[in-house]
Amino acid sequence: MNAFLSNLIPLIIAAVAAMIWLGLNALVWVYCERKFAGHIQRRPGPFEVGPHGVLQPLIDGLKLMGKQLLTPDNADAVLYWLAPLLSMLPVLLLFLPIPYGPVLIGMDVNLALLLILAFSSFNGLAVILAGWASNNKWGVLGAARAVSQTVAYEIPLLLTVLTVSFMTGSLSLLDITVQQGGHIGNWFIWKQPLAFIIFIIAMFGETNRAPFDLAEAESELTAGFHTEYSSMGFGLFFMAEYGYMVVMCSVCSVLFLGGFNGPFPGIEGWWWMLIKTYALLSLMVWARWTFPRVRFDQLLNINWKWLLPLATVNLLATALIMKL
Amino acid sequence: MSAYQNLEQMKGDFYTQKFEAGKQDGTLIINMGPQHPSTHGVLRIVIEVDGEYIVRAEPVLGYLHRMHEKMGETQTWGGFIPNMGRVDYGHAMAWNWAYVGAVEKLMGIEVPERAEYLRVIMTEFNRLTSHLLWWGAYILDLGAFTPIMYAFDDREMILDILQRPSASRLTYSNFRVGGLQMDFDDKCIELMKTFIPHFRARLPMYHDLVTENIILRRRVEDIGVIDQDMCRRYGCTGPVLRGAGVPYDVRKDEPYSIYDRFDFEIPTQDTCCSMGRYKVRLAEMEQSMRIIEQALEQLPSAEGGHIVDKAPKPAMKPPAGEAYFNVEGGRGKIGVYVVSDGGKVPYRIKLRAPGFSNLSAFAEAATGTLLADAVAILGSLDLIIPEIDR
Repeated sequence: MNAFLSNLIPLIIAAVAAMIWLGLNALVWVYCERKFAGHIQRRPGPFEVGPHGVLQPLIDGLKLMGKQLLTPDNADAVLYWLAPLLSMLPVLLLFLPIPYGPVLIGMDVNLALLLILAFSSFNGLAVILAGWASNNKWGVLGAARAVSQTVAYEIPLLLTVLTVSFMTGSLSLLDITVQQGGHIGNWFIWKQPLAFIIFIIAMFGETNRAPFDLAEAESELTAGFHTEYSSMGFGLFFMAEYGYMVVMCSVCSVLFLGGFNGPFPGIEGWWWMLIKTYALLSLMVWARWTFPRVRFDQLLNINWKWLLPLATVNLLATALIMKL
Repeated sequence: MSAYQNLEQMKGDFYTQKFEAGKQDGTLIINMGPQHPSTHGVLRIVIEVDGEYIVRAEPVLGYLHRMHEKMGETQTWGGFIPNMGRVDYGHAMAWNWAYVGAVEKLMGIEVPERAEYLRVIMTEFNRLTSHLLWWGAYILDLGAFTPIMYAFDDREMILDILQRPSASRLTYSNFRVGGLQMDFDDKCIELMKTFIPHFRARLPMYHDLVTENIILRRRVEDIGVIDQDMCRRYGCTGPVLRGAGVPYDVRKDEPYSIYDRFDFEIPTQDTCCSMGRYKVRLAEMEQSMRIIEQALEQLPSAEGGHIVDKAPKPAMKPPAGEAYFNVEGGRGKIGVYVVSDGGKVPYRIKLRAPGFSNLSAFAEAATGTLLADAVAILGSLDLIIPEIDR
């Protein structure tokens, strides 16, 4: 009983911390994205609420909560409301195995990478459910797009992740980070540049972000899978999107950019992790506000004709070199 | 049962009937619009899709019908001018011009030379705003948010300029039968002269940022082919026709006003695709600037501000007869046909909107493409819905 409790209590603390961290990150990045977008578009962005509009995301959240929860006619109410929850809840779990320091980690799991890949697929499921259950043709089209897209982009993501775990012999993110310790030359981006690029591209596809935001594509499908959602139903999808972005960027910085290791020995700390993650997030925001959206067949062509063969070749080459 | 009865009642709705009757197995009929982000207003397109491939598409009009032609039969000749600004908010001045041109032709009125120049300058500036609006909105349709902000940045400067002699920013109605309502002031001409080099420096940036973008090129190249044959069958004009390689421009082929005094080219593209139409419009902006520059140079002095010579009173009575006048608008050939029975009120006014003909080519061009391509084709036609519905 005591052993059980001593395992459970840190886990609960970690889960609560992950929730707070997720909420905080979502707020920060909603603000940052709007501010970035503003400056890219030669306008100040949010400016009215608080100094330089820093309270804007809070007010937006309050506004969303104040809206009415509408269920469309003839919608499958259970599935319809299950979808946003299913999209949001796994994100909390995904933050647990991400190391911000040797001790600053929610739960050091041996199979952390597997856990993250497995639970991040829930997002695809949630999108499909949302599109299907909302009894809307645009929603169905968005869901159909999401199915092909998630299935397609998970494979190159998995293959690139595998190359890193081949090299380290571990699926634990903490192990992978520790093995990149020392100086900047030990980061895996130098040993696996191709995998890094494939991971970045697949990351855009996996998180449904522009230029790969085909499932919501507002100029074609009005809003795709979340056309019918109001209030916090939409809010949860919105938060989950930012949550997945933060998770994917964190994983990318752990796998390729050395996680909490600094560029020189002796200065490692959680702030490095934060800097790298936020730099990658800025890249995602930048891409979103700069590029047009690709077409659906082009999206799948990029994956099946380029990313997948390249990732496979990369994996085989890595395996061969490891064997030699 | 009730749904069936509703269908029975809707027998008059041609589109619903046609699509319900002919729906194939495994296809989905979706309504794109009247409320849809990329139909720009209230255009409704009934689309039958197989997966994401379009089997049939049919534009349905009438959601913004404001009876402009019928209104013309109840208003005085002068009172109809403000209507023209509302027909096409993108290129309002060309519509103004087409109407007052027709009435002037009917009454045999000569327009003072300075007024002709001012009309040319303002209409060409308005063409720039029209193309800028289209450019931003088209890229927005393709999923890039930022370019419209840059386009509006420049458009805003033109609106500030045009606001001075016309007192409005979007729905202009400053043309009068026989001339113009107001003359340019010195500040206005100075602003115009500084704007042209500014915009000339900005255009290459548009090309760098957007035209050369690989995603954009893959989205619009070879999409929505409307060739010369289709243009002839549907009566497409303007950039759609010039994008198909036909150098037809009313300003050159049937020169009206003083357009024969300027040296400018008619840009064409042979690709017939959306990218061709895109490039034609961007090249047209450069030609418009050339015309403005030449017109500003040749502009006769004000001489007491005679821009409306012997202007008829608002309650004018043109002699009985008919007249047709056409001008080149941002979207193509704008034609106005007026009939007078000698009274204070027009007997009949017929408006020829280029957007209507251009839109009718959409159904054929979009068949067999993806849903995302339909948005790209629709945008490349540069539709202003109030003009189509009138």
